[in-house]
Amino acid sequence: MTTGYNFAYLDEQTKRMIRRALLKAVAIPGHQVPFGGREMPLPYGWGTGGIQVTAAVLGQHDVLKVIDQGADDTTNAVSIRRFFARTAGVATTTVTTEASIIQTRHRIPETPLRAGQIIVYQVPLPEPLSKLEPSRAEAARMHALAEYGLMHVKLYEDITRFGHVSISYDYPVMVNGRHLMSPSPIPAFDNPKLHMSPALQLFGAGREKRLYAIPPWTEVRSLDFDDHPFRLTRAPHECGLCGADDSYLDEVVTDDQGSRLYVCSDTDYCATRREAGHGG
Amino acid sequence: MADDTLLAARGLSLAFGRVQALAGVDADLWPGEVLAIVGESGSGKTTLLDVLSGRLRPDAGVAWYRDPDGALHDVHAMPQPKLRALHRSDWGFVRQNPRDALRLGVTAGGNVGERLMAQGNRHYGGIRDVAENWLHRVEIDTARMDDLPRTFSGGMLQRLQIARTLVTHPRLVFMDEPIGGLDVSVQARLLDLIRTLVAQLGIAVVLVTHDLSVARLLAHRIMVMQRGRVVESGLTDQVLDDPHHPYTQLLVSSVLQA
Repeated sequence: MTTGYNFAYLDEQTKRMIRRALLKAVAIPGHQVPFGGREMPLPYGWGTGGIQVTAAVLGQHDVLKVIDQGADDTTNAVSIRRFFARTAGVATTTVTTEASIIQTRHRIPETPLRAGQIIVYQVPLPEPLSKLEPSRAEAARMHALAEYGLMHVKLYEDITRFGHVSISYDYPVMVNGRHLMSPSPIPAFDNPKLHMSPALQLFGAGREKRLYAIPPWTEVRSLDFDDHPFRLTRAPHECGLCGADDSYLDEVVTDDQGSRLYVCSDTDYCATRREAGHGG
Repeated sequence: MADDTLLAARGLSLAFGRVQALAGVDADLWPGEVLAIVGESGSGKTTLLDVLSGRLRPDAGVAWYRDPDGALHDVHAMPQPKLRALHRSDWGFVRQNPRDALRLGVTAGGNVGERLMAQGNRHYGGIRDVAENWLHRVEIDTARMDDLPRTFSGGMLQRLQIARTLVTHPRLVFMDEPIGGLDVSVQARLLDLIRTLVAQLGIAVVLVTHDLSVARLLAHRIMVMQRGRVVESGLTDQVLDDPHHPYTQLLVSSVLQA
């Protein structure tokens, strides 16, 4: 553990401030709570919000897992994992079931989360209405009054133009039947995992300085129309490495002859299946 | 106020600094009635419309609105969520420039359907059917339903705004110069359309216009405003054929006889 830094990099008063904001966020599921975001030693857009939330909730006996697009071995994931190993001296893992805190960008692990785990999402754009309503004040008013008809206008337009809702990631959800929420840029494929999750889900947006949360066992519904229900989209293939037909797949171009390999984006899930004898 | 008045105002006053925009204005509106507010520019017509619809708060005076259940509400004491809900359902607002009211990046059908979705309608096919029916009623070719409003002409945009406003069957619609800024032939057609729809649906309208011929065609009653005061009011034909107040006489005599 590197000396010269407080435990988990941030000073205790900052962590206390973030924890206060998190308590408020948990109390009002899906509601965005402003917080005093600090400068972190990584650029905005790389997970400054998530890393602050992780720093605030991390304890000495926690086991940390960090994933980026489902993978444990990408730059962002490796760097953040090493950051906390050095500044907090906590144990790290790549195994979903062993982790007590999982910081994630763009995915929810395929392995179902359990009670007691915390998942921290890195959020670039916390405001689901930002693309529809340019005024921040007006968007806040719409949240306050639960006026979310505009979001359905966007879905209506999608169905009219494309025959289906074309939002493939960051698919808006209603949390606890009250607040419209951006689930961060996870694929719509992962949206059902938000619903009634036994784990605590925390969201941090560093540049926008907003936190929000979904407490365990909270209802999370993806927006849809009665006659155009929300449906999962997934590449119609099996994983080329582990043969899984139920996981979210990455498409990898393997040569210049048009060959492609579809593999699980969740590296831990794929490795666990291969160890168990599955193959593509 | 009488038992069946839809909207009633007593003693509305509002000053912007030294400018007295409204000075003790009384008004009554009954269900299904069209009330025109006329006067020169700067006479307080639009301010009165904004105050009656709750967009502006008066310095003094009160405006009452009777909801479909017969209960009275003080427009300016209503909680904001309730007032906003009212503006989405039982009330409508037609602006002079349809580009201020429409979403130009959303298809015509989506524009008409927005109020339905805001009210909680979650059936795509149902919303489309209603929107299609309304486009037909305002004489927009239903083949244009999935086109963006920015490809529409000025007259079509205004008709689209009317469809978008009337889709929830409001009982009270505020109109601010609804046919201003359009060329004369389009004006005539739009006037005809508004008159037909208002009569068919039995909507009460507060209509602001500087054009006396519009008032004569559409309105049952008329209020003439000058410098924030109502100088004369009464049945439209009565006021326009036999104006008593010198200012009304001036207005009527200044219209070119076709």
